[in-house]
Amino acid sequence: MMDWVTEPLRHIGARIINAIWRLGFILRFFAALLLASGQSFTRLHLTLREIWFTGVLSLSIIMVSGMFIGMVLGLQGYEILQRFGSGDALGIMVALSLARELGPVVAGLLFASRAGSAVTAEIGLMKATEQLQAMDMMAVNPLARVAAPRFWGGVISMPLLAAIFSTMGVFGGWLIGVVVIGVDHGSFWSQMQASVDFRIDIVNGFIKSVVFALAVSLIAVFEGYDCHPTAEGVSRAITRTVVQSALTILALDFILTSFMFRGLS
Amino acid sequence: MSRKTIDLWVGIFAVLGIAAIFFLSLRVSTVQTSSGAPYTVYTWFDNIGGLKVRAPVKSSGVVVGRVAGIRLDTQKYRAEVTLAIDPAYPFPRDTVAAILTSGLLGEQYVGLNPGGEDDMLASGDTITMTQSAVVLENLISQFLYNSAANGSGDKSSSQP
Repeated sequence: MMDWVTEPLRHIGARIINAIWRLGFILRFFAALLLASGQSFTRLHLTLREIWFTGVLSLSIIMVSGMFIGMVLGLQGYEILQRFGSGDALGIMVALSLARELGPVVAGLLFASRAGSAVTAEIGLMKATEQLQAMDMMAVNPLARVAAPRFWGGVISMPLLAAIFSTMGVFGGWLIGVVVIGVDHGSFWSQMQASVDFRIDIVNGFIKSVVFALAVSLIAVFEGYDCHPTAEGVSRAITRTVVQSALTILALDFILTSFMFRGLS
Repeated sequence: MSRKTIDLWVGIFAVLGIAAIFFLSLRVSTVQTSSGAPYTVYTWFDNIGGLKVRAPVKSSGVVVGRVAGIRLDTQKYRAEVTLAIDPAYPFPRDTVAAILTSGLLGEQYVGLNPGGEDDMLASGDTITMTQSAVVLENLISQFLYNSAANGSGDKSSSQP
């Protein structure tokens, strides 16, 4: 008789329990993956192929997007800075926003949708067509043969992609700021070098990109490995990879930023 | 794709990525090329204005260190500013530290004006001669006060 009260509550409770169970499951999967990842370094060509697949094939989208983001930063940043008569500080704004935030975050989001989804689809289809089971039958551990190389390939290529993204962004900002708008070339670079700190800005940005790489690669491999072995299940797993990667990247970014940059000036 | 082409592309990708990291660390930021750990020097100011931790320490316009810490000394009720200075730049003991502003709206920094003494500052030493930050409000009120006093003085002198 109180069904209309208890039913939604029960539903919410079930969702929460399911989410916590999934978190435990993904951590257990991560541990198993780490234990099985010896082979991805002894048989290096497996990992190299995944770096090619996730890194090299993502180069074009990363470089073009980085360029565009940098050019937009150049336009918007100059418009705002020149109100305060400090258009020369454009280099600082472009470099800091790219190295600290936009480089790792946007590269991570692009990486999740370009490479993470592909990894999930590949593993999911292998599961749907029972290739993983077949490997297991032949005493080949699918975690070591399929999952671990894809994981480490993503972990290695994503920080490099983020660095390339930031570099292209700085170049794009330079193109708009110096070549098109006419900010002084010397002050663009010298102000940037004076204000961007290697330890605080570049290293922290790099740490961020490594953390995002771990998270996105783990989610992509896990969702593929965990999907329902049907066409619909694979498509849902791909959607979950992209959505959860994006949410995880943004949440982790907030946490990392609040540790790294809180209380600085 | 044969294994060789994949290896080649991965190599190109790695070179690009490492080049980007080098670009970011050498061209965008500056890796400190100091000759060792910086030495710390303590100073006390009556007023530090808007000085922030990590603000540059400059001498003749050259960055020689950073502000490492700021706190209020409750014994003297003055601001204690810790300066971390590159050991490549030794300063004499009678150096004067001043809080200056780069430009009208620019950031504040600590300017070091070296004296003539032969003894050099060592780690843990204090700079006793300091010059506080200029607080714009005080300056303006002083100016207004002076000009008001002058104005009334002129009037009284012209009246009789």
